[in-house]
Amino acid sequence: MALTSEKLAEPVAAPALAEDTPSVAIRNLDLAFGSVKVLQNLNLDIRQGEFLVLLGSSGCGKSTLLNCIAGLLDVTGGQIFINERNVTWAEPSERGIGMVFQSYALYPQMSVRGNLSFGLKNQRLPKAEIEERVNRAAGILQIENLLDRKPAALSGGQRQRVAIGRALVRDVDVFLFDEPLSNLDAKLRSELRVEIKRLHQKLSNTMVYVTHDQIEALTLADRIAIMRGGVIQQLDAPQTIYNKPANLYVAGFIGSPSMSFLDAETVESGGTTALQVGARTVPLDGYEGEGPLAPGRKVVFGVRPEHIVVTDAADPAAHVTATVDLDEPMGSDSLLWLDMDGHKLSVRIASDANYAPGSTVGLSFDLSKSSIFDTQSELRL
Amino acid sequence: MTDATATYTGPHGPKPKRRLSPTNIMLYGTLFVVAVYYLLPLYVMIVTSLKGMPEIRLGNVFAPPVEVTFEPWVKAWAEACTGINCDGLSRGFWNSVQILVPSVILSIAVASVNGYALANWKFKGSEVFFTILIFGAFIPYQVMIYPIVILLREAGEGISAVTGTNFRLMGSIWGLVIVHTIFGMPILTLLFRNYFTSVPEELFKAARVDGAGFWGIYFRIMLPMSLPIFVVAIILQVTGIWNDFLFGVIYTKPDTYPMTVQLNNIVNSVQGVKEYNVNMAATLLTGLVPLVIYFVSGKLFVRGIAAGAVKG
Amino acid sequence: MAVAESTEAEAQTERAPAKRPNRLFRNLNAKIASIPMVATALLIFVGCTAWTIYHSFTKSRLLPAPDKWVGLDQYERLWNTRRWLVSIENLAIYGICSLILSLVIGFTLAALLDRKIRGEAVFRTIFLYPFALSFIVTGLVWQWILNPQFGIQGVVQRWGWESFTFDPLNNADIVIYGILIAGIWQGSGFIMIIMLAGLRGIDEDIWKATRVEGIPAWKTYILVIIPMMRPIFVTALVLIASGIIKVYDLVVAQTSGGPGIASEVPAKYVIEKMFQAQNLGQGFAASTMMLLSVLIVLIPWAYLEFGGKRRD
Repeated sequence: MALTSEKLAEPVAAPALAEDTPSVAIRNLDLAFGSVKVLQNLNLDIRQGEFLVLLGSSGCGKSTLLNCIAGLLDVTGGQIFINERNVTWAEPSERGIGMVFQSYALYPQMSVRGNLSFGLKNQRLPKAEIEERVNRAAGILQIENLLDRKPAALSGGQRQRVAIGRALVRDVDVFLFDEPLSNLDAKLRSELRVEIKRLHQKLSNTMVYVTHDQIEALTLADRIAIMRGGVIQQLDAPQTIYNKPANLYVAGFIGSPSMSFLDAETVESGGTTALQVGARTVPLDGYEGEGPLAPGRKVVFGVRPEHIVVTDAADPAAHVTATVDLDEPMGSDSLLWLDMDGHKLSVRIASDANYAPGSTVGLSFDLSKSSIFDTQSELRL
Repeated sequence: MTDATATYTGPHGPKPKRRLSPTNIMLYGTLFVVAVYYLLPLYVMIVTSLKGMPEIRLGNVFAPPVEVTFEPWVKAWAEACTGINCDGLSRGFWNSVQILVPSVILSIAVASVNGYALANWKFKGSEVFFTILIFGAFIPYQVMIYPIVILLREAGEGISAVTGTNFRLMGSIWGLVIVHTIFGMPILTLLFRNYFTSVPEELFKAARVDGAGFWGIYFRIMLPMSLPIFVVAIILQVTGIWNDFLFGVIYTKPDTYPMTVQLNNIVNSVQGVKEYNVNMAATLLTGLVPLVIYFVSGKLFVRGIAAGAVKG
Repeated sequence: MAVAESTEAEAQTERAPAKRPNRLFRNLNAKIASIPMVATALLIFVGCTAWTIYHSFTKSRLLPAPDKWVGLDQYERLWNTRRWLVSIENLAIYGICSLILSLVIGFTLAALLDRKIRGEAVFRTIFLYPFALSFIVTGLVWQWILNPQFGIQGVVQRWGWESFTFDPLNNADIVIYGILIAGIWQGSGFIMIIMLAGLRGIDEDIWKATRVEGIPAWKTYILVIIPMMRPIFVTALVLIASGIIKVYDLVVAQTSGGPGIASEVPAKYVIEKMFQAQNLGQGFAASTMMLLSVLIVLIPWAYLEFGGKRRD
């Protein structure tokens, strides 16, 4: 208890002195609905101009966190700073944020122009300035020709553009996106994804983006925060999260099809530590771990489908052998499901490769891209 | 392909309709008989009100008038007596209108704001008050009627003392308006709360990010998109308040009696000869307002009364 | 725990800490707007009810007399008053009959209308229109139809069936059934609408499944549909029951409680004791008894409805 609180107290003091001040800083945030604690002692620094994605399955607290930043939920404890300013109890409109919602949340009785200017009118800006900002935002988003339409007359993609425009006209530093693409069909979703990314490059605002879609997270984010049970599991660049997941949960959550996990044990082999997987010993050459591995530990060995090479069963370079279970063609490539001493494994193979079910093949792992987790703590080793 | 379909024999095409199946005769027969029972009183009211008294004494209630006369209608509207007043139902009609308009406006204004606060701006204890309100709807009015008389009298005297006027709440139209607002509150608040809860929450959040406050969101966002529910509420209140008898008889005085109270006094007065045709014309006149609303509004009326039944 | 608190305290002193605003003033507008609701809930529904219950234990005559405590005297006298006993008996007969008849008629009509018939909207409109009319209008119309000289009895006798008697409104033994006919006419359409909404809410696939299995329609209703509609029946039951206890206008208009005191009801007893007989104490005690009977219906229902899901 004492240790963790010291650890957490440290970064609180640090950012105030650093010249690179965070755009959004969250300190010891608690949020509870009655007795249900949704967020507990959460700390997070979001850098200036950063595209941060909050990723997690439903109920992990990612949207709750976003709503706290926006000021739409009253926090139970802790503080929120936006550009150094303590906004913990400020009204949403006074926080310098714009927000885009999953259901677009356009005001149905107002035209697109009315939707874009509603917030500005509430700020009592001069008419000319409202006009100018609306036109600029409409220009950026290419919705000039829609300005006089009602939301009901727009397609899903157009509606979401207007919703983004509504955040844009506010001229704020921080954009909050709450699953903005989830209501769109797959094709539109990928189109708008590219557009949001382009928008970020152009405006270089800070963007906080909530999604449950890992493809969105991986393609858009500068950094991803993976959440589970109201706790940030890992906060890192997409590549780091993909290649060096901090724990078993992150490893299993990111990547589709997901990582294969094998129960293993670290053993002494020829002066270095190796991995005992079933009856085979796999040398740990090239493994990029968090620290030296001691032998004699129960671990979980995780490897992604694309980091396994299928070879002939008799190949001396093969780490292990496995039995072919079935072959799932996926168009660009195929997924081969294998059985190794009762463990299920999936391997991505070329679509023209052909392996008969029941045959035995050899497998070699790319250890530089693999992960080893402690069985107990589930942390990456 | 054609060969394959040709090998199947037997009926094809749409199923032939059997209009006169025994089930259908039973079904429509029952509905028809029941419909007659429901329509009978309306028919009787109309034919009686168009007959002269001699014809009524001779014939039966169900016979159509031999000689149509509008005399009873004129008499009911302008001449029928209650006590010493002999200016007909018209007085009650205008009283009812004067009670109705402010009552409907006030009760709906208060309840819609309540429902909006309950749906979007919950505060500590708001649900408790709402629960009390809903359970309050089941308390017999008789339990609360007398203390409210005292409250109205005291409040009226308080206002008089402060303003130096001779203002009265008890026995005046304004007292009755307040009573209608109070007793319309549970059902209307429920109606509006349920409606505003069904409005996507994100719309409310977006408006808050856009800097609109409690009243800004109510007037600029919520009101414009809830016209249908307001129409339902208006229908509910107009029929309810127009048809009220109990509150009218207790909280107003004879010269401000609403139409229902006056109607009852005209028809059930013991003095004089009973003029059944005038009575029925008066009854029809009183029922006319809600009937017109009912037939014009159709589905919305059904929605209104069902809203009270569907809990949520 | 102490460590966690000190961390929080540390964080609070960081960079212009925002103090948590006073809870009372958060969403102040919402709270101000809810004042009418809070006042109604506390002052009227709780306050006035408590006031009446308290005063039912006093010897209030023309004016409330809070200091003349007499314990249960008023109740003892109430239950020794023949008029009150007749009222209770009438209410019991009226209540049980109208409960059963409303549910049966309402459900049957709804089921008939749900058979995909032609002209459903017309029938629905006919069955529901009496609900738009006030109890006063209802009572007066049926008073006229049941008039022994010119109404149904008179017509049948004039047709030649001289010995035919159907004069409920002047026969003390059956007068309550005369009121029942009018009450059912007015209210059963409403129950039909609720039932119809319930039937429409049932998954089409249920009907398909029973058709595939060859179960006849009437059996499907009894074995499948009615059990599925349990919540609708409970809602209808509560609505009818809470309406029954309020029966007042109908009696006033149709019989004025007569002949003699044969069609008195508790609600009428209360109003007359309070506002005509200058016997407030009796009125308070009687209205408290009315409240008690509502609670007997309401509490089990509330327990069934909300007691099971206390978690949210």
